[in-house]
Amino acid sequence: MIEAVDSYYRHSNANVHRGVYGLAQEATDLFEGARERIAAFAGGETDTTIFTRNATEAINLVAYAWGRSAVGPDDAVLITHMEHHSNIVPWQILCQERGARLRYLSVTEDGRLSLDELDAALSDGRVKLVAVAHVSNVLGTINPVAEIVARARAAGAATLVDGSQAVPQMPVDVGAIDADFYVWTGHKALGPTGIGVLHGRRALLESMPPFLGGGDMIASVGFESSTWNDLPWKFEAGTSPIAEAVGLGAAIDYLSAIGMDAVRAHERELTAYALDRLEEVEGVRAFGPVDPDGRGGVVSLELAGIHPHDLAEICDREHVCIRAGHHCAQPLMREMGVPATARASFHVYNTHDDVDRLIAALQTAREVFAL
Amino acid sequence: MDALYRDYILDHYKNPRNFGELDPHDREWLDHNPLCGDELGVHLVVDEDGTISDLRFHGQGCAISQASASIASEELIGRKIDEIGELSADWLIDLLGIEISPTRRKCALLSLKVMRGAATGDASWPE
Repeated sequence: MIEAVDSYYRHSNANVHRGVYGLAQEATDLFEGARERIAAFAGGETDTTIFTRNATEAINLVAYAWGRSAVGPDDAVLITHMEHHSNIVPWQILCQERGARLRYLSVTEDGRLSLDELDAALSDGRVKLVAVAHVSNVLGTINPVAEIVARARAAGAATLVDGSQAVPQMPVDVGAIDADFYVWTGHKALGPTGIGVLHGRRALLESMPPFLGGGDMIASVGFESSTWNDLPWKFEAGTSPIAEAVGLGAAIDYLSAIGMDAVRAHERELTAYALDRLEEVEGVRAFGPVDPDGRGGVVSLELAGIHPHDLAEICDREHVCIRAGHHCAQPLMREMGVPATARASFHVYNTHDDVDRLIAALQTAREVFAL
Repeated sequence: MDALYRDYILDHYKNPRNFGELDPHDREWLDHNPLCGDELGVHLVVDEDGTISDLRFHGQGCAISQASASIASEELIGRKIDEIGELSADWLIDLLGIEISPTRRKCALLSLKVMRGAATGDASWPE
């Protein structure tokens, strides 16, 4: 990935979609070639795969360009208590602006959503959009998004799935899930920062107004008005994250070479091992589904008597980097009745030995705190 | 002996002084640490001559923020409320007596921030 970004800047650096010189064509081919492979990697189509700055921007694109016309007073947007702030705040802003209601699905004790509760929430016909995480960034829960999308569609609601934690660690086929919008972010898929992806339903993308105006997203510009470029460029105003797209292309090539089935098996194995070994540590409570088949490679935990911040500090001294805090999911923290959690997350570069070090660091923390 | 989690820090964390609520109280303030979302509030009772006669912190947080509030509380009761705005970040960090890394600075200073808010209405981080 780093070499691909480096090579782009050293040997192929030009803006895309404009110059007639050879270098500009080379840059355009690299950029659009990356789009093709990235779209195929996630099971999407090339011209409905839009590059954004991150998943947050992709969700905001939908909230503004689709939501402003599709959601009105008396309508509702339905999200869940396990969403990342990126899949909460844009809908809060939209609902406040449009006089619509923001509703939440609750999370069960073992970190899952209830399809019965979904059906009940959809039954009054007011829900215009269901927005849900594919995999929770706190609990690791793998949500049954294809089923959620089907039920939402049957009730007349559009759907957005936040796949930021799914695409990097398991096989994902956005075509099979069939959500109206599916978003993810590059940096969690071993790619660079500054690039996200939106896969959208063609008919919706074509009917939506642009999100940002500027260069590259127009067909022609008059003094008073302009006409819009074709998909996907209609939603890509200004100079694109070219190096970032090339880098993300290299990252998904790397993941493809490993094989997403193998990545998923590795994540499952490490998560199962971590959940197993955590039981050895007195006072530990792990959140999320108990069955490793139902969760991705992340384990949020609390250790009685030690605040997550202190736990992360002591783990850091043992060269184990864990996140401590609310994980951009404050509503979920309130639901779980904790101010914060500590969270270990795994990917292809982690081993059983890393889990062993985590367990040892937790034991060290208990000694430091004289527990 | 741990350089950060010293015995007296852990003692203040596990047995915080002047914790709870005061009802009635004359001043109050509530704030949070943006890093972790931890909340800390304070209730003050102020005498007619401007002396802080009683004080309670409440909320939850890490060992550093809780010990900081506990240790500070013992120094703040009996002070004039007009003096609180003058207290600096260094005053509190010296009082804690431990090395505070940049990532934990806000944990250590939250109690002073909340205290200054209650005394002066200034919601900025102490410098």
